[in-house]
Amino acid sequence: MKFPNPHDIKDIPGTEGWQRMYPYQYQFVTDDPERRQYEEQTFWFYDGLHYPEPLYPFDTIWDEAWYLALSQYNNRIFQVPPVRGVDHRIINGYVYISPVPVKDPEEIGRRVPNFMERAGYYYKNWDALEEKWKKKMEATIKELEALQIPPLPELEDLSVVTEAVGESKGFHLLKAYDDIINLGIKCWQYHFEFLNLGYAAYVFFLDFVQKLFPSIPLQRVTQMISGIDVIMYQPDEELKKLARKAVELGIDQAVTFSQEWHEVEPALKELPQGREWLAALDKVRYPWFYISTGTGWYHHDRCWNDAMNVPLSGIQTYIDKIKKGVNIERPMEQVRAERDRITAEYRGLIEKEEDRKQFDELLGCAKTVFPYVENHLFYVEHWFHSVFWNKIREVAAILKIHGIIHDIEDVWYLRRDEIKQALWDVTTAWATGVRPRGTATWPKEIEWRKGVLQKFREWSPPPAIGTVPEVIQEPFTIVLWGVTNTSLADWAKVAEVKDPSSVREFKGFAGSPGVVEGKARVCRTVDDIRQLQEGEILVAPTTSPSWAPAFAKIKACVTDVGGIMSHAAIVCREYGMPAVVGTGHATKIIQTGMMIRVDGSTGAISIAR
Amino acid sequence: MAERPGTAVGAPGAAPQLCWFEEVRKDDVALVGGKCSSLGELIHAGVRVPPGFALTTHGYARFMHESGVSGEIPGMLAGLDHDDLERLETASRAIRDMIESRPFSWELEDAIAEYYRRLSVRCMVPAVPVAVRSSATAEDLPGASFAGQQDTYLWIRGVDDVLHHARRCISSLFTARAIAYRLRMGFPHEEVALSVGFQKMANSYTAGVMFTLHPANGDRSVIVIDSNFGFGESVVSGEVTPDHFVVNKVTLDILERTICSKEITYTVDSRTQKSVKIETPFERQTVQSLIDEEIVELARMGKAIERHYGRPMDIEWAVDKDLPAGGNIFILQARPETVWSGKRQAEPAAVPKAASAMDFILASLLAGKKVS
Repeated sequence: MKFPNPHDIKDIPGTEGWQRMYPYQYQFVTDDPERRQYEEQTFWFYDGLHYPEPLYPFDTIWDEAWYLALSQYNNRIFQVPPVRGVDHRIINGYVYISPVPVKDPEEIGRRVPNFMERAGYYYKNWDALEEKWKKKMEATIKELEALQIPPLPELEDLSVVTEAVGESKGFHLLKAYDDIINLGIKCWQYHFEFLNLGYAAYVFFLDFVQKLFPSIPLQRVTQMISGIDVIMYQPDEELKKLARKAVELGIDQAVTFSQEWHEVEPALKELPQGREWLAALDKVRYPWFYISTGTGWYHHDRCWNDAMNVPLSGIQTYIDKIKKGVNIERPMEQVRAERDRITAEYRGLIEKEEDRKQFDELLGCAKTVFPYVENHLFYVEHWFHSVFWNKIREVAAILKIHGIIHDIEDVWYLRRDEIKQALWDVTTAWATGVRPRGTATWPKEIEWRKGVLQKFREWSPPPAIGTVPEVIQEPFTIVLWGVTNTSLADWAKVAEVKDPSSVREFKGFAGSPGVVEGKARVCRTVDDIRQLQEGEILVAPTTSPSWAPAFAKIKACVTDVGGIMSHAAIVCREYGMPAVVGTGHATKIIQTGMMIRVDGSTGAISIAR
Repeated sequence: MAERPGTAVGAPGAAPQLCWFEEVRKDDVALVGGKCSSLGELIHAGVRVPPGFALTTHGYARFMHESGVSGEIPGMLAGLDHDDLERLETASRAIRDMIESRPFSWELEDAIAEYYRRLSVRCMVPAVPVAVRSSATAEDLPGASFAGQQDTYLWIRGVDDVLHHARRCISSLFTARAIAYRLRMGFPHEEVALSVGFQKMANSYTAGVMFTLHPANGDRSVIVIDSNFGFGESVVSGEVTPDHFVVNKVTLDILERTICSKEITYTVDSRTQKSVKIETPFERQTVQSLIDEEIVELARMGKAIERHYGRPMDIEWAVDKDLPAGGNIFILQARPETVWSGKRQAEPAAVPKAASAMDFILASLLAGKKVS
């Protein structure tokens, strides 16, 4: 397997100087011989799982946040013996990462007792510590929600004088911005408090079972941990409750007459039962409608509260099902019964008593860590992030007033430290009574950066670069990105496809078993799921919990990005329908209306052209 | 042709010399050998098996005695060394010629013919074509695999041919290899016993073998099926690369489908009523020889057979083209799998041994994952 040398990748013409859009330490460099050699001898893979599109300068904040948090927990807090942190680089807006191994066996040995003591403490006290975590996390979110972003007044309020405040709104604005950023970084500190250990427990359970049964599909192992209640399903459950309530109150027609929330809401306000229903809705909007319509990683992933047409569409789907007499409950009883049957049968095929004991231990451990591995997503990527993006929009509104940017959504083209600089520019100019310097420089730079990002989007990042190592020990690399010999070979092949319309067969990860043939519907965003017809096969870049209502209509799902623990795979297993995930580019190859065959047991997809 | 010996002279008493498959169970290896007893056992387990009957070891002993063969063999083998291939070969040839040329007694011949006639009536086919195969008492047992040393004759039709091939099966106990093996292992030749099975030929559209574990790695959680059009001979003999399916034993999902180019087919010649090898029509060579529903049904049967025997099994099967779907898959043979069942469960060096989950996680972290 051969991947390009990182230093051989040339800038796309017209984007020269793009490096200034990202932190300087993210560049591959040639002027530092030691660093250059390290970069060449290291294996870097493209993190397409989190970044299906190039990074906006501001959105890079989460990459920096996890660069720090994941690595510190691995290396400085728990001391995972054979691996330090995960290193990061950016090429043309795409993030490349690499686990850093500890090479000296003696050093690994010295790290073992620390790891056993520290990680052991977390495993042993998991539930109690997780309870603490929730409190810390909720407090952090509350703090962010409470933050005031003050506009800069023409004249400070008299109370500043009479109460001897001694501080201006200019200072408060600068401080508020720092506070937002710091809360964001803190939230990501918590994000990884349990995650490394959670994934380790999970991945090595998978590993153990796969060694006992070399042919067992990974999805069958994950099925042994299915049917556990996690809060990621709660928003969807709330939609079902609202659908039932609308039918009970006899106002389902008023809820379904339009796909536009701005038409539905006033209509409901006219009706007494409508007002009752709206009150019920308001109750669940906090926090459940902070679920993102995307993964939450990008600023453009708006939450339901900001895109009410999305939950409305879900409620309408469920109302339709209820009226047709279809059961909309998640089949939890069946899922659990099937889980127990499968677990018992596999367990029964284990021949040695000691292996059965080990199986029980590891399964128990995996079940303990599973809820966190799922639930942290709601707290961090959905709830916190959704509030966070909107706080930054408040800051952007002030930048717009002062002429630094022309549109609120332009703010994402600035790095977070550039925003801080611009805020200094704005506040000092405001205090002084002059025009900020940035009003002449930033709009031009932002236009240029928009062009650069567009060129980045049209570029296909190679799946990996640098030198492939013999062994990877970092648990995330294995379980999340699925970096294995086979997947690397597949990536190399995927990258070679020049003409998507010539492809008739391709493969992804077998996400959920079963074989289905049907008509494809390509949905690029969650807004598109309204077009789904009953019994179609959903083809999407990736799915997230706000896509849940789609799964009530479809009979199979195909995604570009994601592993067997991705949202689409988990939900399809629960619904008992086939899924093929992480295909690389299904949304480019498949077009709406094509007849396709999805084999969720082997990961194969074929198209009848 | 030698004189027919007199009947019942010195014959063993009331022991049955012939019996139907459904009359025996797996404990009857001493009576009808491994293959026939396992067919009886399968019938009792509710598995669909083509009907048939066996010449028991008593029937065999009676033939060997009445025909005078058993009296002559010791002299023909005296002083033989298991390394002396040339002399072994000569002795084998002489013994086998002798066996194949000696007739059954009138009484035994009549009994076999009567069972054969009743089988034909049961199958509603005049002079029903049968598979005649030896069913050894020492063969096919776990740890003593010398399968294939006895012969199988397919598509045998008519009493005379049935009797002739029964004798050929018996004579196959005395191949040079079998004699050498017994000499080396110290088995007395007189104590060797054999049964012969006569089973209705499945008129197979597709046939093959099935293992209730993965033959490549011993994985107990899968069932592996090899199949080709026509009779199973092409698969068993390795003359074609068959289609290959891996089925999840727990969930009955088809995990792998490998469709190969299958150049030959064994079928029945409609004129001679014999099994013939033909070249598969080009356009059929790469067609999947077993449809998905049949794969799953077969795997379900495999799972039931394994559960019945309580151990991994090696199974021969066929899909009969004369019968409607749903009742057309037959199990022809099932025997304990011998390669992996002696070994312990797949145990690659990389499985760390650890007491607690924590120790296991540490050991796994230290071992890492091989990438290339």
